[in-house]
Amino acid sequence: MSRVVELARLMQGNEAAAEGALAAGVRFFAGYPITPSTELAEIMAERLPRLGGKFIQMEDEMASMAAIIGASLAGVKSLTATSGPGFSLMQENIGFAAMAEVPCVIVNVQRSGPSTGMPTAPAQGDVMQARWGTHGDHPVIALCPSSVREAYDLAVRSVNLAEKYRMPVILLMDEVIGHLRERVVLPSPDEIEIVNRRETQEAPADYYAYRADETGVPPMANFGTGYRYHVTGLAHDETGNPTNDPDKAESLLLRLHDKLGRNLEDILIEDSRSLDDAEVVVLAYGATARPARQAVKEARRQNIKAGLYRPLTLWPFPTASVDRLARQARTIIVPEMNLGQYRIEVERTVRGRASVVGVNRVNGELIAPGEILQAILEVVK
Amino acid sequence: MMEELERYLRMDRFPHMWCPGCGNGIVLGCMLRAIKKLDLEQDRTVIVGGIGCSSRAVGYLDFNTLHTTHGRALAYATGIKLARPELNVIVVSGDGDLTAIGGNHFIHAARRNIDLTLVLFNNSIYGMTGGQYSPLTPAGKKATTAPYGTIETGFDASELAGAAGATFVGRGTTYHTELLTGLIVKGIQNKGFSLVEAITACPTAFGRRNKMKSGTEMLLWQKENAVHINRAGRLSPEELDGKIVIGELHRHEAPEYTELYDKLILNVRQETDGASIKPMKV
Repeated sequence: MSRVVELARLMQGNEAAAEGALAAGVRFFAGYPITPSTELAEIMAERLPRLGGKFIQMEDEMASMAAIIGASLAGVKSLTATSGPGFSLMQENIGFAAMAEVPCVIVNVQRSGPSTGMPTAPAQGDVMQARWGTHGDHPVIALCPSSVREAYDLAVRSVNLAEKYRMPVILLMDEVIGHLRERVVLPSPDEIEIVNRRETQEAPADYYAYRADETGVPPMANFGTGYRYHVTGLAHDETGNPTNDPDKAESLLLRLHDKLGRNLEDILIEDSRSLDDAEVVVLAYGATARPARQAVKEARRQNIKAGLYRPLTLWPFPTASVDRLARQARTIIVPEMNLGQYRIEVERTVRGRASVVGVNRVNGELIAPGEILQAILEVVK
Repeated sequence: MMEELERYLRMDRFPHMWCPGCGNGIVLGCMLRAIKKLDLEQDRTVIVGGIGCSSRAVGYLDFNTLHTTHGRALAYATGIKLARPELNVIVVSGDGDLTAIGGNHFIHAARRNIDLTLVLFNNSIYGMTGGQYSPLTPAGKKATTAPYGTIETGFDASELAGAAGATFVGRGTTYHTELLTGLIVKGIQNKGFSLVEAITACPTAFGRRNKMKSGTEMLLWQKENAVHINRAGRLSPEELDGKIVIGELHRHEAPEYTELYDKLILNVRQETDGASIKPMKV
């Protein structure tokens, strides 16, 4: 029987991420053209003015990142999108956003690197860069979708998390998900949870821009709303003014990390398939989770106790979940389109309690389900 | 006079970090007098700085203040101005910050003619890192990284801004403070991108390596070597060699970026009324 499904569309991952960000309230985009993320900029250039928002093509990625921080400080939810080379250029100001606690979202549609690499080929080589790309001990949130619908959902979630925790959030896509077209049914506006930054209730004279309450997150005051304070990338005290006081510098850095540490339940998103009795667990994320799901399905058909664990939040690392896997499974297989960047982190948590095996590709091609299945068959031999 | 300006300062942040003889305080004073003259509302004014001695000025000012990354102040300011065009946005930057690491942002902000007022503190040197040559260090002058004198030719930042599209450009010095204050007033009044270049003294990192030991000597050098633009036209190129031309250097009319953007939004919304992709039948 035929029926009309509201808002069912054929959509590309980059388009879904753009629409998700718009649905979450993004009204400012600054970016610079780069394959394979350019569609995001093109869509924003068309859509934002219609919604009363603004798009600007900046002179480079450093400026793009700077402009979204500026717009966010002035109270507008802000987004940029890029790929590897541009992501490298953004690192400087991503660190500023982390230090000065400015909500913003960076979409990185990963392509094959290092350097210019293969601009149209997929990779997952920026996993560690997403974590440690900017200098200093900074907190970060990175979300990683495996489908077009998930690109939409995680774009919404990225904006929400950025607003809630006052920090840069990275939506770590890859060329496959960015350019993949799938039929999607998007949620209606009333189904979408939208989080806005918590604004201060204090009178201007009593406001401390960087004094956190029990949530660990200081309420914000947007520029131009009657609260005059200082924002800097220097170590600062609760007023926002720079300080060289070791105790104040340390308490700031610890709080920046602690605001994630105490809210992990809210931040960590994960998914699994047939994990309950699994002896072999495939841990996969992004585009690689798709062949991984196929491989696990096929292994089950062959009566192998295989399961899939899929972190949608890559950073902070889902330590508790991986710890559970380490106690349950004999082997954890980590397929990645890199040379084992996330596997290192898995091994660090597993600490020898299960064997950890990588399936890796860095030639710009996808990992096929058969390759992962073969790895499963080898460990149960 | 100082008392009248105190309302614009975070008095608890003093003493400031600048060296004796530094001209930054003079430029800042001119800036605040200009703000006072125009009676800009502190709550609705944002002052953005980059990295370096002069950019630290923003920390002393009682406005919405943003101390950014090296060279990027104009890019941050662009985001602020686009998000809230009704705010006054003033940018403070040094010669190294603006014309070396920030050079690209400088010419593009000027090209867009976005309504920002840029006050360039030009002391010809990287002061905070101890005296390295900048793109505005005059050829032949000494710096820690040019111990034998720089063989590079400096930019003329004001010419550069005018050529790139700035609709107001002026240059003053810390000796000619009334002129400098007036130029900043005009820069803020100009609806578009304005550069006011302030020639200022760094006796610590520049002067003492270049035969000017004190701030006073450097101020006198400014007095003797500055030529007002009204007089410069009557002088030969030989007579102008090594001189600094001050005054209102450039002005032209052009549409301002955020105004153009608001018009674009208005037009687009009238035409499309926010239409979206149509649902498809399954």
